[in-house]
Amino acid sequence: MSLANTTALGLAIAALTATTAAARDNVQVAGSSTVLPYGAIVAEAFGENFDYPTPVVESGGSSAGLKRFCAGVGENTIDIANSSRPIKPSEREICAENGVTDIVEVRIGYDGIVFASDIQGNAFAFTPADWYQALAAEVPVDGAMAANPHTSWNSVNASLPDQPIQAFIPGTKHGTREVFEEKVLLSGCKTSGAWDAIMALNGGDTDAAEAACMAVRTDGLSVDIDGDYTETLARIEADANGIGVFGLSFYENNTNRLQVAPMSGVVPTSGSIAAGEYPVSRPLYFYIKAAHLDVIPGLQDFAAFFVSDEIAGPDGPLAEYGLVSDPDLAATQDAVANVALIGGI
Amino acid sequence: MSEPANSLLAQGARTRRRRASEARFRACGLAAIGIAALALIVLLTSVISSGVGAFKQTYITLEIALPEAKLDKTGQRDPAQMAKVTTFGYAPLLGDALLAQVDAVGITTPLPTKEIAGMISKEAVATLRDHVLANPGLVGGTVTLDVLADGRIDGYFKGRVTMQSAALDGNTSPEALRVAQALADAGVIETRLNWRFLTAPDASDQRPEAAGLGVAILGSLYMMAVVLVLALPIGVAASIYLEEFAPRNRISDLIEVNISNLAAVPSIVYGILGLAIFINFAGLRQSSPLVGGLVLTLMTLPTIIISTRAALKSVPPSIRDAALGVGASKMQSVFHHILPLAAPGILTGTIIGLAQALGETAPLLLIGMVAFVREYPAAYSDAADLFGEAATALPVQVFNWTQRADPGFAERASGAIITLLIFLAVMNIAAVLLRRRFERRW
Repeated sequence: MSLANTTALGLAIAALTATTAAARDNVQVAGSSTVLPYGAIVAEAFGENFDYPTPVVESGGSSAGLKRFCAGVGENTIDIANSSRPIKPSEREICAENGVTDIVEVRIGYDGIVFASDIQGNAFAFTPADWYQALAAEVPVDGAMAANPHTSWNSVNASLPDQPIQAFIPGTKHGTREVFEEKVLLSGCKTSGAWDAIMALNGGDTDAAEAACMAVRTDGLSVDIDGDYTETLARIEADANGIGVFGLSFYENNTNRLQVAPMSGVVPTSGSIAAGEYPVSRPLYFYIKAAHLDVIPGLQDFAAFFVSDEIAGPDGPLAEYGLVSDPDLAATQDAVANVALIGGI
Repeated sequence: MSEPANSLLAQGARTRRRRASEARFRACGLAAIGIAALALIVLLTSVISSGVGAFKQTYITLEIALPEAKLDKTGQRDPAQMAKVTTFGYAPLLGDALLAQVDAVGITTPLPTKEIAGMISKEAVATLRDHVLANPGLVGGTVTLDVLADGRIDGYFKGRVTMQSAALDGNTSPEALRVAQALADAGVIETRLNWRFLTAPDASDQRPEAAGLGVAILGSLYMMAVVLVLALPIGVAASIYLEEFAPRNRISDLIEVNISNLAAVPSIVYGILGLAIFINFAGLRQSSPLVGGLVLTLMTLPTIIISTRAALKSVPPSIRDAALGVGASKMQSVFHHILPLAAPGILTGTIIGLAQALGETAPLLLIGMVAFVREYPAAYSDAADLFGEAATALPVQVFNWTQRADPGFAERASGAIITLLIFLAVMNIAAVLLRRRFERRW
C-alpha cells in the first residue's frame, strides 16, 4: 500500500510540474461546427499524404473557437480557429491584448443556408418577406405594432400551401443565426414594406427598426435549435409541418428525407450560390496564428493544403461535400503562401 | 358447529385489509420493476437494432493495376520519391479497377463511370497508397486488395438503404444498387464481420464506412489507468484517515459534508476546474488523456471515499477491539485486520466509480477531448510525456457521431453505444462477482 501511495504521489507531482518540454508536433484546430466537417476532411487527407501527424480538429462554435484562439501565443493554445463569420474588431482587440497580433485570414469558400421540409409534405417556394411575416414577433398593422397574427403560411402569402407555421431556426449561439437574421428577416422586412412602416412609427431610429425586424416570435411557432442540424432534422421528422434551416451540405447528404424550398425563385445549389444568385449564403473562414507558423511543424503546409486546388477547388472533396468553391481561390492561396496578415485594428 | 368469531382459520375483516394492502404493495412493486424493465428493453432494442450493422462491413475485392508511369516516374522504387504521388494520384486507379471488374462480370449499366467509381469508399485510396508505399515492389504489376465499399452501398447490404430511399438520394441511385447487387452475386462484393470498427480511428464526414473506435478506446483506457492509479490510493487513504484516525469535531464534520456535496456536483464543473488548473496553470496539454484522467479522478474521488468509508464502517467494532486488545497499534489494526475485511466493498465502490467516469462526456468538452483525432495516442512519447498525446473517449465518440450529417454515422454511434454498454456491463458484473466472492457477513 505504501508503495502504491508513493507511486501515486510521485505521479501526481510529476503531472502537476511537467511542462511540455519538446514542441507539440500536431496542428490544433478549433471553432465553428459548420467548418468542422470540412476541417476534418482536410485534416484526414493531410495526414494521409504528408509525414506530419493528422491535425486535431475540435468544434464548439465560432465564438468559442476565436476566444481560445485569442487566449495567447504558445503551445497550449490552438493554432487555427475555424469561423463561419469574419473575426470582430472586439475579438481582435482581445487577441492583441494577449499577444496574438499577427493573424492570417483565410476564406475557404461559401456555404449556402437552405430551407427544407419533410419530403412527404407540401412543396414551398419562399421569399425573405414570407419568412419575415411568418416569424416576426410584431408586425406593423394599421399604424401600430401588433403581435404577429399569422398562424398559417397561407395567410402570409396566398400562393403558399395552407399549412400551420412551425419553423426550426438555429439558436442564437450559432453563426448561422446571424446570417439568417440579416439576409432573410431584415431583407424580408425591407422588401415587404414593413421597414418603412416601422421607421415611420419610431421616428427614424434605424437601430430600433433593425432590432424590431430581427426579433423572432416567441409563441412557439418558431423554435430555436441550439443543437446541430441532426436535431433540426429529428424535429422535422417528428412534426410533419416543420420547416427547418440547414446548411447546404447537410441537405445534400439527406436528400432522401428532406425537400428544399427555392428562395426568391432560386433553388440552392453549388452553382447558384457560386454565381451569387441564391440570396442566403455566407463565406467560411479560418484564422492562422502567424506566430505559430515556425514553431508547429506542418502548420504552413496544412494551411496551404487546405486552400489548394485539389482540396478546395470546384472538383475537390470539399466541393463534393457541399462547400461552394471560392472563385478567388488563387488570391487566397497567394495570401497563405505569403503569410499576408490582416491589417491593424 | 359454526366457526368461532375470531378463528385462526377464517380471516377477520382486519386481516383481510392487511392482506389486501400487502397484495397492493406487491403489485405496485412489480409494476415499478416492469416499467423499468420495459424501458430498458425498448432502449436496448432500439440501440442494438440500429447499431449492430456497425459490426459488419461491406468490402469490394479489386484487382488494381499499378502503372509505373503514374506511381514511380523515376523508376527507382524509392519510397521517399513515391510518396510524392498523393492519394489524388491513386484515385483513378481504383475507379479503373472497378470498371474493369464490372465489365469482367458482364454487367451492362448506363451508370456514368464517375458514379461507378463512387461505389468505392474514399478511404480506399489511402489503403492502396499505404499498401504500395509499404511494398514498392508491387509497382508495375497488379495487386488484389479488399477495399471498403461506399457508405450507401454498405447501407444497402445491411438494409439501411433501400431502392426507394436511393431514388431520392443525391449520393446514390437505384441503378448503382443494382450494379452492387450484381457484383455481390458474382462474389466481388462481400459483407463480413468488421473488426476495424473497434480498431480503426475516426474518419471524416465523407467516410462513415471507415470510422472506428480505436482512438476512443485507447483514450478511455489511458484515462481509466490514470483514474485508477490516482483515485484509488488517494480515496482509500482519505477514507481510512477520516474513518479511523480523525477526531470527531466540527472540522471533520465540515469535510464530511463537503465530500458528500462534491459527489453531487455536476460533472461539467470539474471540466471548468480542469481547464483552469491543469491546462492554463500547470501547462499540461489540451486534448490529452492525462488531463482527462486527472479531471475524472477529481470527479470519482468522492464516490470512492463515500463507498470506502461505508465499507470500513461495516467492519464490526469487535475486530478493532480484539486487535487493540492483544496489543496491536491502531495502524496495525487498520492495515492487518480492518482493511482486508473492507477490501471487497472498496473494490466494488472503485469499479462503480470507474464505470461512472468511463461514461462521462461533459467535463471532457472543456479540455479539448471532444475532437476529431485520427492519430493513435502513444502511452508515452518524448514530446508529449506520459499520456500526453491527443485522444478522444468512447462517450465523446458517440456525441461526435450523432452530430454528423451522413446517416451512416447514426449506425456508427449506436455501435459505439453498444461497445460502451459492453464495457460498462463487464465492469459492473466484475463488481458484483467480487462482492459475492469476498464479502463476509457478521
